[in-house]
Amino acid sequence: MKALRAGINQYNDSSVTHEGKMDITPSVGYFVFKGRDATMHMADALISPTVGFTMMAVTAGLAAYSIKKIQNDIDEKKIPMMGVLGAFVFAAQMINFTIPATGSSGHLGGGILLTALLGPYAGFLAMASILLIQALFFGDGGLLAYGCNVFNMGFYTCFIAYPYIYKLITRKGLNSHNIFMSAMISAVIGLQLGAFSVVLETLFSGKTELPFNTFVMLMQPIHLAIGIVEGLVTASIINFVWKARPELLEKVSAGEAFGALYLNRVLKGFLVAAIIVGGALSWFASANPDGLEWSMKQVAGTTELSTSDEMHQLFSAIQEKTAFLPDYNFKVTDDLSTSENDSTWPAVNMGTSVSGLIGGVMTFALAGLIGLIISLIKRREDVSASK
Amino acid sequence: MTNLANALYNIRLLDDLAKKNTPIHALHPLVKLLTTVIYLAVVMSFGRYEISKLLPFIFFPLVVALLAELPLMPIVHRLLMVLPLIIGIGILNPIIDNQTITILGVDFSRGWLTFFSLFIKCIVSVSAGIILIATTGMNRLAVAMRMLKIPKIFVLQLLLTYRYITVLMEEFLRMTQAYSLRAPNQNGISKNNWGSFAGQLILRTFDRAERVYQAMLLRGFAMEYHVGTIEKVNINDFAYFTGWSLFFVIAKIYNLPLFLESIITGVVK
Repeated sequence: MKALRAGINQYNDSSVTHEGKMDITPSVGYFVFKGRDATMHMADALISPTVGFTMMAVTAGLAAYSIKKIQNDIDEKKIPMMGVLGAFVFAAQMINFTIPATGSSGHLGGGILLTALLGPYAGFLAMASILLIQALFFGDGGLLAYGCNVFNMGFYTCFIAYPYIYKLITRKGLNSHNIFMSAMISAVIGLQLGAFSVVLETLFSGKTELPFNTFVMLMQPIHLAIGIVEGLVTASIINFVWKARPELLEKVSAGEAFGALYLNRVLKGFLVAAIIVGGALSWFASANPDGLEWSMKQVAGTTELSTSDEMHQLFSAIQEKTAFLPDYNFKVTDDLSTSENDSTWPAVNMGTSVSGLIGGVMTFALAGLIGLIISLIKRREDVSASK
Repeated sequence: MTNLANALYNIRLLDDLAKKNTPIHALHPLVKLLTTVIYLAVVMSFGRYEISKLLPFIFFPLVVALLAELPLMPIVHRLLMVLPLIIGIGILNPIIDNQTITILGVDFSRGWLTFFSLFIKCIVSVSAGIILIATTGMNRLAVAMRMLKIPKIFVLQLLLTYRYITVLMEEFLRMTQAYSLRAPNQNGISKNNWGSFAGQLILRTFDRAERVYQAMLLRGFAMEYHVGTIEKVNINDFAYFTGWSLFFVIAKIYNLPLFLESIITGVVK
């Protein structure tokens, strides 16, 4: 009876142990606060509209291509299967796996597992569904950051790690060793690339002060640890499925069920989408780094010059970022935002000593007042309705 | 969402809330989706140091949540789950950006401004998302997505995933419960059982999917997911959309708190 009680308590307390135990590195414990790789979920608050919409367009392009592929290649029966597997990964992300010898526990991201079982296109779409549900219902990631999240967690696993690592290792046939190696390496690489994307997207957005180096040094090692756990778990599951129902895996790896992958076309489409959208959006943003104001204010005049300027900046920024200089700390984004903000910011907040503060307090007071009025009206409606 | 039962509860709660009957719930799903996206884009377009201009944007989630009669606690609960990540990333700002500024005679690091700006953005963006789903529901949101020409195959797949989550989670909950009752004082599933535990679940999943699909076919499923009729965009929807968009644009261009302040101080003088 005692054991039963302990078991129930442990079960009930699982949320506590989850959060506490996953702190692999104390200083970056927040990154894995929720156990599931919360780090990889970009929040709306961390991105700028330009980055958000660019990544949204890129993701939409990839999704459209995937849809086209599966529409041609798969039988209708697979659509419910995708739904079910998506739901499975959603649930499996909550399984708390004990990591041997560390006393901590890890979780499944699911990208590699989905691709291994569904193939790249259906896997990517299933991942996109899971992330949308997480964004809507749990606030993991957000609507604006949705494109970033699908890209970070779906693109690298389905379109890079799967065809170039997983398929490569397992091309000569499946066995436990091959499955283990391929799942492990592709999970680690997929997560490393995803984490690096998170860093780039955050820094391009200019919302955090973390220098590039520090951010990378925080993100990559912790995602190496998460990636290893993910790899181990994925390998165990795929191995189990392979032993119990080998036909499920063989069909996918033969490309029968979900079509073969033509990565060149995917990459080309992706590149074109990125250039068009990135270019268009930075043109929007160029009149004013704060994006939307552009449409309100100065439409004419400055556009042509700033377009080329901004495009140039964009590309040189990309170049510099890919060049991976050790002491580089994202001057472009920094300069853009600080110079812009420096010019507006003292006028807003430091002109007079109290200025802005009273207004802020007033805004809150007004918000409270409106809230009070609405709830009073609502209550009165309820009362009159019940009469 | 670390706790399974919690996640399940959360999904059902939001499902239930979406069935309420308020003016906000009655709005067209596409209008609500677009308004939310515009809202998010405007909020995120603010620079790192702009706080006072950001404040009026708390009105949107506040007013909509009140009009939709949404309970406060579930939203706060979600915020508490998400905030640590943002705080974790933002808390370094005051240390890194340590240029001193003085407000009301108190010196502090300029990084605090960026931290608070992140904080406000996180709160309003997460609540706007939750409010959208809690007042619209997954089915009606799917209709909006179809109107945006998002392919049927994706929307169908999304809705099926969503439906299957509740089915699977119950199955999964039973498995975890059984496991933890047999393995007291153990944090999670032990390594020896990783494959078989999750693998069993996946096999059950496949079988279940097969059965569900057969059942769907017998009931006449033909790759269509019927969500009922959605009324056309009416004057209320139009007013909601234009009203809020106008407010966002005005609050983006003009510093409303400062304007408010000048009125108040002007009256006092």
